[in-house]
Amino acid sequence: MKKTYNIEVDCANCALLMENATKQTAGVENAVVNFMTQKMTVEFSEGADEKAVMKSVLKACHKVEPDCEIEL
Amino acid sequence: MLIRIVLAAVFTVALNIFPVENQWVKLVLYLGVYVLIGYDILRKAGLGIINGRPSDENFLMTVATAGAFALAIWEKSGDYNEAIAVMLFYQIGEFFQNYAVGRSRKSISALMDIRPDYANVETGGALHWVDPNEVAVGSIIIVQPGEKVPLDGVVEAGNSTLNTSALTGESLPRDVAPGDEIISGCINLSGVLRVRTTKPFGESTVSKVLELVENSTSHKSQSEAFISRFARVYTPAVCFSALALAILPPLFALITGAEAGPAWRTWIYRALTFLVISCPCALVISIPLSFFAAIGGAGRKGVLIKGSNYLETLSKVRTFVFDKTGTLTKGVFEVTAVHHSPLDEARLIELAAIAECSSSHPISRSIQKAYGKPVDRTRVSDIEEIAGEGVKAVVDGIKVVAGNEKLMRSIGVEPLPCHCTGTLVHIALDGEYAGHILITDVVKPTSRRAIDLLRKAGITRTVMLTGDSAKVAGHVAVELGVDRVCSGLLPADKVEKVEELMADETPGKLAFVGDGINDAPVLTRADIGIAMGAMGSDAAIEAADVVLMDDDPMGIVTALRISRKCLGIVWQNIIFALGIKAACLILGALGLAGMWAAIFADVGVMVLAVLNAMRCLRVSNK
Repeated sequence: MKKTYNIEVDCANCALLMENATKQTAGVENAVVNFMTQKMTVEFSEGADEKAVMKSVLKACHKVEPDCEIEL
Repeated sequence: MLIRIVLAAVFTVALNIFPVENQWVKLVLYLGVYVLIGYDILRKAGLGIINGRPSDENFLMTVATAGAFALAIWEKSGDYNEAIAVMLFYQIGEFFQNYAVGRSRKSISALMDIRPDYANVETGGALHWVDPNEVAVGSIIIVQPGEKVPLDGVVEAGNSTLNTSALTGESLPRDVAPGDEIISGCINLSGVLRVRTTKPFGESTVSKVLELVENSTSHKSQSEAFISRFARVYTPAVCFSALALAILPPLFALITGAEAGPAWRTWIYRALTFLVISCPCALVISIPLSFFAAIGGAGRKGVLIKGSNYLETLSKVRTFVFDKTGTLTKGVFEVTAVHHSPLDEARLIELAAIAECSSSHPISRSIQKAYGKPVDRTRVSDIEEIAGEGVKAVVDGIKVVAGNEKLMRSIGVEPLPCHCTGTLVHIALDGEYAGHILITDVVKPTSRRAIDLLRKAGITRTVMLTGDSAKVAGHVAVELGVDRVCSGLLPADKVEKVEELMADETPGKLAFVGDGINDAPVLTRADIGIAMGAMGSDAAIEAADVVLMDDDPMGIVTALRISRKCLGIVWQNIIFALGIKAACLILGALGLAGMWAAIFADVGVMVLAVLNAMRCLRVSNK
């Protein structure tokens, strides 16, 4: 299942870091962060609870870029 | 943020005009300003260390400015200005960067602002505003003048003109009448239209186009990938060289016994300068921005590019391969001449059109189109269609036979050959030869110019592929000026031909241009597949890498120009930013450039690179 979220991130480099952090989160099959459109598309693994996964994604992202925001 | 910058600047100036005598009070005041301007940077640097990711730009700035502060305290020089100035300029740079990026993002999004907000659905005689997502296929929607067409559909009633420029870049409005298909994203200009929807919102043209543009930057190009890899290596590398710069030369001096004392200060200062220069922002920001701006600018011209990587490949194309029918030619057969007719040309076409009135073959349809009037079926009788040969019928009491040479010979009439290329429909009236009608696939008016311009732009090879006979193909090739023709090809042969062309030694990439409907395999096989006239064709949007919304070949030239310009700007930025930084690093290491030059190397270069990147948005029309 794929879902797109609006995000807020300041620099392209940070967006890349967020993308990598999201990809490594459990329950995420694949993720693409689009800096220019400020959007993040997350592909969840089979049977993953998207809400719980997104919570850990947000946590992982805050770790690499304290100022980023994901609209859940 | 702006307030903080102004306040910090004012305080710094004030502290310099009214010097405070007491050392400690002075230190506290300056520290206060420093924290005011840089607290968020300090916080992020701290968090970075805690989270095990210490080498980002916040960390670099913190070390550099804190180091400058420490040096000033240690030396009791009381000159804290430098540390504050660096932080101040860094913040100004960040502020400007956010502003510029935000602005450009907005202007690019505005280009693609074709998303309709609502649809007018008619239920029980009244109009309701409904989210286009919720409109079922087959519903009747009303599009009023000035409104965007929300969903793809067929006009049921009403006449109007549509502005398709948001989708195609074509400024000429298009007329629509009942029975015509219309595409979402167009703007209705004059009359009210009743439209029966044919697709759900998610599959309608406007959604497809938006999705495509929004996802396009996810396909990263090589130069983007290069830069992010580069940034990953570059920052730590600069940090370690800074460390080496701070320690090694003084240590060397110490060992060799030269004077040591003040040298420490100089080298540490130089190392700090190094750190300020090291931030790779200019590149990391400007390169995706260039690509995104170019894709946005191209979108406005009706050229959809599916990703930065395709933009990059397109700029390297040296061979263009075209499909003939529907790409370079209109793909619609038209009557272009009538030869050897003893009758009036119009009369001959009239007789032929009436005789062929029951046939739906493209050739007979083109004759009927040339006739231009509805056919009065009472004038025709005894219609006999001979498949693959033609038609026999009686029109107004005249025995009309219309068809190919074989049919003529079978009724004992010797047809006259034609010096022109195209399809011939010979006509015999009451057993007498009455000339032939020449039907050809007409070359698009801009094809020739597009090919000339491509050649001028340095395209070394243009090849035309077609399923037509060599004679017809050769004629069109001469007319258009393409270098090579491969004729008589079946769709599968086209793939083979393209592979052959890709395998030979000619340098550069190969682009295939097709109409996207039956060329899907070739479009996918070529380095770059360009589909034309994709308005409403899902297959084309799926298979191609670059999609031209209208079917004007000049779009190919536009696409090539945009890609070249964008890649030019990207390389300018890479070379410019790296060049300035390298120069400042060397000057900094030699002690010729201080923190002031360093902060220019960082912020100034970034600003210039962003401004340069924004040039990608503008696409010349020439």
